[in-house]
Amino acid sequence: MKYRSVFDIIGPVMIGPSSSHTAGAARIGRVARSLFGREPKWANISLYGSFAKTYKGHGTDVAIIGGLLDFDTDDERIIKAIDIAKERGIKLRFIEEEAITDHPNTARVIIGDDKGELELVGISIGGGKIEVIELNGFELKLSGNHPAILVVHNDRFGAIASVSNILAKYEINIGHMEVSRKEIGKLALMTIEVDQNIEDKILQELEQLPNILKVTKIVD
Amino acid sequence: MFRNVAELVELAISKNKKISEIMIEQEMDVTGRSRDEVLAFMDRNLRVMEEAVERGIKGVKSHSGLTGGDAVLLQKYIEKGNFLSGKTILDAVSKAVATNEVNAAMGTICATPTAGSAGVVPGTLFAVKEKLNPTREEMVAFLFTAGAFGFVVANNASISGAAGGCQAEVGSASGMAAAAIVEMAGGSPEQCAEAMAITLKNMLGLVCDPVAGLVEVPCVKRNAMGAANAMVAADMALAGITSRIPCDEVIDAMYKIGQSMPTALKETAQGGLAATPTGRELEAKIFGIPRV
Repeated sequence: MKYRSVFDIIGPVMIGPSSSHTAGAARIGRVARSLFGREPKWANISLYGSFAKTYKGHGTDVAIIGGLLDFDTDDERIIKAIDIAKERGIKLRFIEEEAITDHPNTARVIIGDDKGELELVGISIGGGKIEVIELNGFELKLSGNHPAILVVHNDRFGAIASVSNILAKYEINIGHMEVSRKEIGKLALMTIEVDQNIEDKILQELEQLPNILKVTKIVD
Repeated sequence: MFRNVAELVELAISKNKKISEIMIEQEMDVTGRSRDEVLAFMDRNLRVMEEAVERGIKGVKSHSGLTGGDAVLLQKYIEKGNFLSGKTILDAVSKAVATNEVNAAMGTICATPTAGSAGVVPGTLFAVKEKLNPTREEMVAFLFTAGAFGFVVANNASISGAAGGCQAEVGSASGMAAAAIVEMAGGSPEQCAEAMAITLKNMLGLVCDPVAGLVEVPCVKRNAMGAANAMVAADMALAGITSRIPCDEVIDAMYKIGQSMPTALKETAQGGLAATPTGRELEAKIFGIPRV
C-alpha cells in the first residue's frame, strides 16, 4: 500500500494549484536539499512526461526551486522561489525531456556547489506524495509503506552495525534494509525502512557516528 | 488495516462504529500518534479549508485571469432565491468553486485528495453544515470518512490525473464527499459505500485536459459538478438506492479505464479541451507563444 496515512488523502495543506505538480514537486526539491545538506549554488532540473508538458501552468518549476530553498508545501515564498534563488546567486537550468519514463511525473534534480554535487530522481505519485527512485546513481526500492531513512556513508566496516545499534537503542524495528555501494571503500548508501516514526534527534545522533555523512528521512 | 471498501464497511459493522471512527483508530495505529494529536491535525486542515472557502466566496482572480469570481456570482444568485435546483446543492457548488478559485490563484488550500480536486469535499461539507448544524467534532469526522474512502482509492487505483485522468481526482473526491455526507446525515456504513459507488460510476472515463496545463479550465467547473454529483448520490443512497456494481469493483474499473486512457488525456494539455481552438488560443495568449 503506497498511502499509509489519512493525511496523505486529506492533505497536505499547500500552495496551489496542483498537489502532484506543485506540492509533490516542492517535496522532491526539498528531499534533494535535505540530502545535500546545504543550499546549492546551481541546479539542473530535467522534467519528464506530464511535468515537462505542463510545468509552467502548474508552477512545477517554482515549486522544485522552493523545495531546494527548503520551503515546505504551504510556504507562500514558493510563488517567488525562482526570484529568491536568483537573488541568492543560484544558477538554474530547466530541461524539458522528451524521453518516456515509467511514471508520468518524473523529475531529475542535479544540484551542487564547489564542494560537491547530488543527483536525485523523484516521482510525484498523486495527492502530494512522492517517491525517490534514484539517488546519485543508486537505484532505490522503497515500498513507501513505512517511514524510511537514507544514510549516505563511507564504505567501512562497522558503519552498518553502528546505525542499527542506535535504532535498536530507541526500540525501532527495521522492516527492510538495503545497502549498496559503487566501489569498495568509496561512497555507499543504506536504505532503511522501519516500523516506527523516527524523531529528528535520532537522525542527528546517527549523523554524529563515524563514517556517516548524511541522514535523511524520506517517508513520514 | 482495511484494504478495500468491503473490509472498511465490515470493520465498521462488526465494531458497531462509524467509518470515521475506524479511520481515526487506524491512523493512531499506523502512526503511533495519540487520538488528540490525530484529531488536532485534522482540525487544522479543516481550518485551512474554511479559510479558503471564505476567501473564495468574497472573490479571487487567478494570475492568468482564466478563473475567479464565479463563487461570488453563484452566492448572489442564491440570495435572490429564484434558483431551480436547490439551496444546499448550489451552496455546495459555490463553495467548491470558491476553494478551487483560491487554489488556481496559488492560495493556500488543503488537498482533498489533490489540489485540483480540493473543492468538492469542503464545498459539500460547508453547505451541508448549514442544513444539519453539525458540531465541530462531526465536521472533523466528515473529513476522516472522506479520507477513509480516498485511502482505498489511492491504494487500489489512483488519485493522480497524470496517472488516471480527472476521474481519479474529481471522481475520487466526489465519491469521498458523497460517503461523508451520508455519514453526517445519519446513514449507515453500507449506505456510505453505496453513495461512493453511485458517484464514482458517474465520473468514470472523465479525462484530465487542462487548458494551458493550468489547474483552472475545466478544473474549477469539474469541482462544481463533482460537488453536485456527490450531493445527489448521497440523497439517492439515503433513499435506499444501491449500486448493482459493488463499490470496490467500481474503483477497480476506474483504475483500468485510467490505464487505457491515452496520454494526451492525462494531464499533458495535449488533448480534449486543451487542444480545442479556444484552448490553444488561451494558451498562446497566457504564455506569449503557442506550444505544440
